[in-house]
Amino acid sequence: MLLLVVSAVTFAIFFLVPRIGGQTVDQLAVQYVGKDANPESVAAVKKNLGLDQPLLVQYYDFVKAIVVGANYQFGPDPVTCNAPCFGYSFKTHVEVWPEITQRIPVTLSLAVGAAVLWLVSGVTIGVISALKRGSIVDRLSMTVALLGVSLPIFFTGLLGLALFTSQWPIWDTIEFVPFSESPGEWAWNLLLPWASLAFLYSALYARLTRAGMLETMSEDYIRTARAKGLRESKVVTKHGLRAALTPIVTIFGMDFGLMLGGAVLTESVFSFQGMGAYAVQAVRESDLPIVMGVTLTAAFFIVFCNLIVDLVYAAIDPRVRYS
Amino acid sequence: MSDLDKKQSAPESAAVSEPTALVPGTAEETFLSVRDLKIHFDTDDGLVKSVDGVSFDVRRGKTLGIVGESGSGKSVTSLGIMGLHQKAKVSGEVWLDGENLVTADPDHVRRLRGRKMAMIFQDPLSALHPYYTVGAQITEAYRVHHPVGKKEAKARAVEMLDRVGIPEPAKRFSSYPHEFSGGMRQRAMIAMSLVNNPELLIADEPTTALDVTVQAQILDLIRDLQKEFGSAVIMITHDLGVVAEMADDLLVMYGGRCVERGSAEKVFYEPQHPYTWGLLGSMPRIDREETDRLIPVKGSPPSLINVPDGCAFNPRCPYADVPKDNLTRTVRPELREVGSGHFSACHMSQEERTRIWTEEIAPKL
Repeated sequence: MLLLVVSAVTFAIFFLVPRIGGQTVDQLAVQYVGKDANPESVAAVKKNLGLDQPLLVQYYDFVKAIVVGANYQFGPDPVTCNAPCFGYSFKTHVEVWPEITQRIPVTLSLAVGAAVLWLVSGVTIGVISALKRGSIVDRLSMTVALLGVSLPIFFTGLLGLALFTSQWPIWDTIEFVPFSESPGEWAWNLLLPWASLAFLYSALYARLTRAGMLETMSEDYIRTARAKGLRESKVVTKHGLRAALTPIVTIFGMDFGLMLGGAVLTESVFSFQGMGAYAVQAVRESDLPIVMGVTLTAAFFIVFCNLIVDLVYAAIDPRVRYS
Repeated sequence: MSDLDKKQSAPESAAVSEPTALVPGTAEETFLSVRDLKIHFDTDDGLVKSVDGVSFDVRRGKTLGIVGESGSGKSVTSLGIMGLHQKAKVSGEVWLDGENLVTADPDHVRRLRGRKMAMIFQDPLSALHPYYTVGAQITEAYRVHHPVGKKEAKARAVEMLDRVGIPEPAKRFSSYPHEFSGGMRQRAMIAMSLVNNPELLIADEPTTALDVTVQAQILDLIRDLQKEFGSAVIMITHDLGVVAEMADDLLVMYGGRCVERGSAEKVFYEPQHPYTWGLLGSMPRIDREETDRLIPVKGSPPSLINVPDGCAFNPRCPYADVPKDNLTRTVRPELREVGSGHFSACHMSQEERTRIWTEEIAPKL
């Protein structure tokens, strides 16, 4: 299933992405050659890149390179591009995959921290709102939630930056520090990006949780749980929240996968060199190998996260196990 | 007569002999005493008087049947006894084994729930949690009130599953509710309710969601278990057949009030309220002549926000004009004793009722 989807995505990416810019094969080749393009060098590049081959052969080479790697003959010495090989950047002539792997930790750090933060805060606020429905707490948090959903990250992120690096300078600058270097610095620097992202998402999750809790708390089995003499806190968490979480898990898988594909705006706002920023720059420069590489990586993350969701889903809801 | 009479302001109050015990809940055989229970809900459309002054007693080892159509307040009453209403205004008295639950500390009532009083719900598919195994849910019910380990609780749960007639109980312990048939689910529900040997068992339409053969099995089961544990049982139903089989005493509810109350025998064979006649007339009976049609109670149940003035049943009552001075439409009839332990809330005189019952109603049944 996972393989099937990834293959389909690969296929789509291969045939669609190069056509988005509306460029011909020649124009692509010219880009690759760089400044001093002349017909001979263009033809040579086309031959080297296999662009003179029929499309299906190109596709085969593309997939083959991803799976087993590829050898290119640019100059006198052959170049080996190890699997998974997404080729070389048109602009910098740097191999794409190592560039991606270098950026994954940035995006991953951003996504994981923000996700934990938004899940915990969103679900907590949602549950409290649902239980205190109609109260001041409920109305206030739902108003803030509406605000959070409505405000784009480049607003909240920039506002955060302005407030906490110049107005009340808690941070001098915010830059990404790898986790392996210093976990403390890593977390400290990521705090503001996490908070900005989490504000947006937790607002959404608070609303989702609230709606879900309002529904499940009126179910008959909640009444049964109360009739057993369970404490209300246990009724809410063990019986109510457990059931209300199911749709949240689904959406979380999607959101998290998407975020692993690159939280483009967040990375731009905080000048992080993550996958999103990398992709944006590549798109701007029509650097196709990078665009295709990042897109495929992102697609893989989304598919992978959905697979995890399906597994988690089956663990949460026994009714989906056998059907 | 004790303090019970203070709410009885109607002139007939002298005729009302409410309690079977002088002080509620203290007579040896009376386990549950409900006095003037009112459960009102504040809604956007107005105050819904779902239960509006209901009194009854349930004795140990005996079964009280509560009958009435949908919306008559049967289920609301039972949930009120259990203290399961979240947003209702509950007033009156609910004496359980000498304690008034209405004024008791909610956390204390919680501790009684599931242990001293337990409930079987109507639709076991929605009343059981879909995400937990049947065994886990029974175990949970047991461990709330017993500080025992998982193993011991499991042994108890398997024992209960076996007791309610579930085959291979140890194996079925780990099944989910959706893997059970309807009858099995209700058995599991019963096992869960009885796991703590409750002294009061409230069964809220326990057989409505089941087919007839399973219905009989479940009723037998409840009766057997009641004998075994000596529990007091409240059987809520709109099925008079169920009540005829199970109940010692009967309470007929209409529009949130009690219209007739007495021993099952009296209410069945000498009913003293036109609504009870209507219920009996609309019940299919195997001993009835084949040619006879069922006689429906015409009209629909009253709105609980604007309950009709006078007798709540008056718009549907074929005998509303029998009492003089338009009494049925202006004055609300109080419960009056019409025989030993038999009460009816009707303006007609006993002679009138007896005549109508023996001459007009009984022959058609």
